[in-house]
Amino acid sequence: MSFITANWNPLGDAFYRKTELYDMCWNLRDSGLRDSLVAAAHYGGPIALLREPQRRSPSSRPQLEIYLASGISITSFPWKSGPVVHIGWTVTDELLCVQEDGSVLIYNLFGSFKRHFSMGQEVVQSQVLEAKVFHSPYGTGVAIVTGSSRFTLATNIDDLKLRRLPEVPGLHGKPSSWLVLTQDRQTKVILSNGPEMFVLDNTSCTPVCPPGLSPQYGSVVHMCVSFSYKYLSLFTDTGHLWTGSSNLQDKLSIVDTKKKTTPNQMVWCCRPQSQQLSVVLMWDRLLLVAGICGDTIQFPVDDPCVLVGELDGVRIINSTNQDLLQEVPLVCQDIFKIASMAPGALLLEAHREYEKSSQKADEYLREIKEQSMLGEAVRQCVEAAAHEYDANTQKSLLRAASFGKCFLVDFSPDQFVTMCRELRVLNTVRDGAVGLPLTHTQFKQLTLQVLIDRLVYRQFYPLAIEICRYLKIPDYQGVSRVLKHWASCKVQQKDLSDEAIARAVCVKVGDAPGVSYSDIAAKAYECGRTELAIKLLDFEARSGEQVPLLLKMKRSQLALSKAVESGDTDLVYTVVTYLKNELNRGDFFMMLRNQPVAQSLYRQFCKLQEQETLKDLYNQDDDHQELANYYITASYREKRLETRLSVLQKAVDEFNKAKNEFAAKATEEEMRLLRFQRKLDDEKGAGLLGLSLQETMEVLLSLGLHKHTEQLYRDFRLPDKRYWWLKLKSMAEKHEWEELEKFSKSKKSPIGYLAFVDVCMKSNNKSEARKYVSKVTPEQKVRAHMVIGDLEGAADAAIERRNDSEMGAVLSRCSTADCLLIDRLNRARVSASKK
Amino acid sequence: MAHSARRDSPKLPDFSLLKRLAKDQLVYLLEQLPGKKDLFIEADLMSPLDRIANVSTLKQHEVDKLYKVEYKPIVSTSDQLCFLIRPRIKTVKWICDVANADKAAGRFRRYKIIFTPQKFYACESVLEEQGLFGDVTTDEWSFYLLPLDDDIISMELPEFFRDNFLAGDQRWVRTAGSTLHLLHSIYGPFSKIYGIGRCSKMVYESWREQVEEEETKARQAEIGNVFLIDRDVDFVTPLCSQVVYEGLVDDIFKIKCGCVGFGTDATSDKNVKVMLNSQDKVFNEIRNEHFSNVFGFLSQKARNLQTAYDKRRGMDIKQMKTFVSEELKGLKQEHRLLSLHISASETIMKKKTKQDFQEMLKTEHSLLEGFEIRECISFIEEHIIRLVSMIESLRLLCLLSITENGLLPKDYRSLKALFLQSYGVEHLLTFANLKQLGLLVEQQPGETLTAMESKVGKLVNDKTAGKLTDAFSSLAKKSNFRALSRKLNLVPKSDEEYNLRVPRDMAYIFSGAYIPLSCKLIEQVLERGGWTGLEEVTRLLNGHEFSVTGNNGADLRANNDAPRIVVVMFLGGCTFSEISALRFLGKEKGYKFIVVTTAITNSSRLLEALLENHMRPVNT
Repeated sequence: MSFITANWNPLGDAFYRKTELYDMCWNLRDSGLRDSLVAAAHYGGPIALLREPQRRSPSSRPQLEIYLASGISITSFPWKSGPVVHIGWTVTDELLCVQEDGSVLIYNLFGSFKRHFSMGQEVVQSQVLEAKVFHSPYGTGVAIVTGSSRFTLATNIDDLKLRRLPEVPGLHGKPSSWLVLTQDRQTKVILSNGPEMFVLDNTSCTPVCPPGLSPQYGSVVHMCVSFSYKYLSLFTDTGHLWTGSSNLQDKLSIVDTKKKTTPNQMVWCCRPQSQQLSVVLMWDRLLLVAGICGDTIQFPVDDPCVLVGELDGVRIINSTNQDLLQEVPLVCQDIFKIASMAPGALLLEAHREYEKSSQKADEYLREIKEQSMLGEAVRQCVEAAAHEYDANTQKSLLRAASFGKCFLVDFSPDQFVTMCRELRVLNTVRDGAVGLPLTHTQFKQLTLQVLIDRLVYRQFYPLAIEICRYLKIPDYQGVSRVLKHWASCKVQQKDLSDEAIARAVCVKVGDAPGVSYSDIAAKAYECGRTELAIKLLDFEARSGEQVPLLLKMKRSQLALSKAVESGDTDLVYTVVTYLKNELNRGDFFMMLRNQPVAQSLYRQFCKLQEQETLKDLYNQDDDHQELANYYITASYREKRLETRLSVLQKAVDEFNKAKNEFAAKATEEEMRLLRFQRKLDDEKGAGLLGLSLQETMEVLLSLGLHKHTEQLYRDFRLPDKRYWWLKLKSMAEKHEWEELEKFSKSKKSPIGYLAFVDVCMKSNNKSEARKYVSKVTPEQKVRAHMVIGDLEGAADAAIERRNDSEMGAVLSRCSTADCLLIDRLNRARVSASKK
Repeated sequence: MAHSARRDSPKLPDFSLLKRLAKDQLVYLLEQLPGKKDLFIEADLMSPLDRIANVSTLKQHEVDKLYKVEYKPIVSTSDQLCFLIRPRIKTVKWICDVANADKAAGRFRRYKIIFTPQKFYACESVLEEQGLFGDVTTDEWSFYLLPLDDDIISMELPEFFRDNFLAGDQRWVRTAGSTLHLLHSIYGPFSKIYGIGRCSKMVYESWREQVEEEETKARQAEIGNVFLIDRDVDFVTPLCSQVVYEGLVDDIFKIKCGCVGFGTDATSDKNVKVMLNSQDKVFNEIRNEHFSNVFGFLSQKARNLQTAYDKRRGMDIKQMKTFVSEELKGLKQEHRLLSLHISASETIMKKKTKQDFQEMLKTEHSLLEGFEIRECISFIEEHIIRLVSMIESLRLLCLLSITENGLLPKDYRSLKALFLQSYGVEHLLTFANLKQLGLLVEQQPGETLTAMESKVGKLVNDKTAGKLTDAFSSLAKKSNFRALSRKLNLVPKSDEEYNLRVPRDMAYIFSGAYIPLSCKLIEQVLERGGWTGLEEVTRLLNGHEFSVTGNNGADLRANNDAPRIVVVMFLGGCTFSEISALRFLGKEKGYKFIVVTTAITNSSRLLEALLENHMRPVNT
């Protein structure tokens, strides 16, 4: 496999190689990349071309073309907006076109216009001279320099905040070179103007002098910063290349390129854990790789090309093909370097011999094993496979690893298995038809999630799903997410009927976890397809999710019933509040009427917030019963008797309408009572108003107003029982024992005579109580005797009645002193039970 | 319990975790408002909060002064005010008043409302209306569950009952769902879920939704079964007088958040607060006993205690030393508890052995058995006329109505009239409420309901009609108590003597007169593993029963105990008597029941929630 090193070029103690990625599929005609603005996104992203941007006449317009990285055309359309100064891609693969007048137009991958923003009003006058699109931890930013030599930048176009940087002293027109870099969470501009260099930040413009770059090297005419913003390189008009840290604290080297002309493009070429950093410079006919060690590699160039800096190399795109220039990773060097004795190299050799059925395989293996390096060898092979672009090389390395693994015990296969899977995915997406030439290092940096997002964005839905399934990504983050995007895209297909789309979506998406039909429906509604949105919402299982969209689509009735179904009262309440403001009262109440849950919720709300509305609500529903109840409640809020009575009268009317005669009558009586109370309060100051009938009578009796009591008794046709109780209690409380006795004899007591005994005992008047014991009915005799504490009498009565439980009750009250009584009772019980 | 427990009774999961979670979250929320702040706490959150974080914990997190929310202008001097409240519009309005008053006085403060267990849109919209949405920040303290004891967990939401069953306001359904979800995520997965009642079903669905929204992991289950039950499935049980010790204590002294003030007549010293739970060894042994056994038990205990004390005699110095260091403290403690419960029992005795109470119990039992109804009615009449107790009168009226499937029109009217004369006309509204819940209704001649349904059916489309019928059926709910009682044998034959010392069934909690319907349902469903064979019963209960076998991520190596651990969730409250009955059932059948309830209730709490007498005239 000596040919693997054929394209390796030594640079210092490292090697650089150029690997071909694609034969470009595009047909750029004669002009090639000349006379075009070209923007190629990082991480193997799309390429945009604006051909002949200087054309201005309506008859011949510039053409904007967008390609996959492999050169497959995605879209192409004539540019009808203003003159474009610069184009660039955002981190999410959206195209930014910066126009001369400072407006920035954003297009998606498929060339559809998304939105635009402006870099400031003053730019319209002064015009944009140059612009740059840059990436920072905050997202994608845009920086411009205007005709009045002022810099303006926006660090994140999704959260646009324009910052106008301070003036640069002595700068007229555009600077000789400049760039944007992000350091310590601050975005700065570095620029050179003749022999001077400045750093511009938000507040100040500081002259700087890179260490070791003395004036004798001339003035800086070109500069570039590395992918990670860590290193800076400056090219001077004397052909010297200064490299150092981007904070301008340290110098790495100064290399004399011996070329006096300013390069067309200059890009850092490094990788994580680089051994030999380098800068790639491109002139019309030459590509120069200048390592910081001072060595250079030269490649001839015969066609204009574009350099794209990546995380671990530089992509070189010209009209016919695309190459990746990168430093050969250390592990690959170890394995493939000629005469390498690294364990991985030996293992690869061993496997090769094994396939040839040669016993040398064993020798090599032994050698590795003697050094106990087999595990390391396997790891090296696996790792090296990751960095190889050629599938056959990957295979032979992986086979060697697999072979080596057989001789190891307790070796975790995870790394090997993961690598096989990842390489399979990478090889698939590298395919020209997909056109994502990602290296393994880039893939790891980008993460699988983002890779899937990018595939989805490019509408490679089936492939994305395949990958999710193949890599066993949980549905939530994998298949479901892809399906969701697919469906959102599907609903925008104008040529299909609502019915067809809804069915297609339902069949594909089914009940995949985590896919929200309401999101899809929202998308459909955004595209103006309301009917489709409603159809899709029907598939949504969680009714709570349907509501906001339904409201937005003004399907309020449906929204209300869905909200009720969801069982989430907050949601119901939201809809109710919305409807309340949206509809007229009548319609609103009508709608509530069909939704008892919403209605009771609204009633609760009204009870606390809007009492009056409550009344209207009941009125609308002809709910006379509730309306009457409402008036009863309201009556208690009235301070003046007259208004209170009139409110109560309303209640009576409503009760009558509700055919609740009982309540009507009760309310009428209450009104009568209130009038009576008022009258008496006025006459006697009795303080009766608001008391219940019983309380009123109690007060009257205690005040000795017997006549009035009688009057109430007759007017309200009180039951005799109540009247007797009242009298009884009042007389006992006042100790009017003679009155009481008279009263007891006035007629037969409707409440019996035990009550008399009770009230007397309550006032501790045993002798009075005794008077009534004899009058008590036989059933209550025992109890009456017991109440006055006459056990003997109780026993007599019980024995007479031959009632066992009564005798028992008496017994339980006997103390040991009453042994005679106990004896008697026991005997009586025995004789009673015998019979 | 007098008899020994089954030896293999399963172990209960550790619920103290719930407290720790709640505490950590509260601390986190307090720290979100750095610096000194005054904390305003809603009155009914004070006791629950006390069980989670005491004053010193609050002080540690820079709470300066503590106030009770009193709906009055405040006197705080702090620049930061924090309000810990239930999501009620009234309270939020008050906070708006506070903030607006500050504004008017040109005073700048920071306000933060912590809603517990969750916020409601309605509350936030009040802030919005008052233009304070930005000035007052809000947060949620998802403190759903307060373990009151090893086997009782309360949501401490007494308003659940009125809001859900009377006002038809389903705002708490989701809260209950989240509660279940919390239990599920810590102690689940559940293998069987049973339930009965409209609200139960909705809670179940809300919980399912929340489970489906997240990914499931296989876990070791600690709770196997869940039984959800609506309070309105069984109103009879909470309306009966409680005669089991713990229930009696609740009826008489009012247990609040697991804590009781025995009042001055029960304890010699001033009003002491006592925690009542299984930590109290004496209480733990008598809580589930019928009251008639309690005295005997306590005196036996006192004798044992005396013997233990007497051991001192004849000890040498060394023995005495061990005795003092090891046993004496325990004995002293026991002594204290014993004297406490003895005096509490004396108070109870004084109140409950009176003739009146005996007759009331007799009336209750007659009602349950359906005998001598006329006598019962005249007892109730007298009860009302004599103003013995408003709540008790209502309780008897409701019991009469439920057990008799409504009152005869004549009785219905005359009893109501008597009541209104005694207690004022505003109780027309109370009666309207009771009617709506089906607690106190008139016997309906014929099937007017179906007539109404068909009329409504013509007005609106089928789906809505179905819902309306639902709503109506809950309105005009029939109790069918008598039929249910026959089907489930709820009332044991009264001719046999019932031995309360060695109970044979759950009826012992009501002196052998009645097996609580709620607990009987649970027993039957667990025994049958579902509702099969109970079709007639569920029909009488207006349906809405369900039984689901959960299989979401259940770890097959499930804890052996889990299938015998049953969570019973009472939506709308449960009584201590029911808990005692379930404890009895658990011992009989080898289950362990964990009662999760929206609040502990009893007859007076239940009925007070339905009163409308909060607006006595202003000028009296």
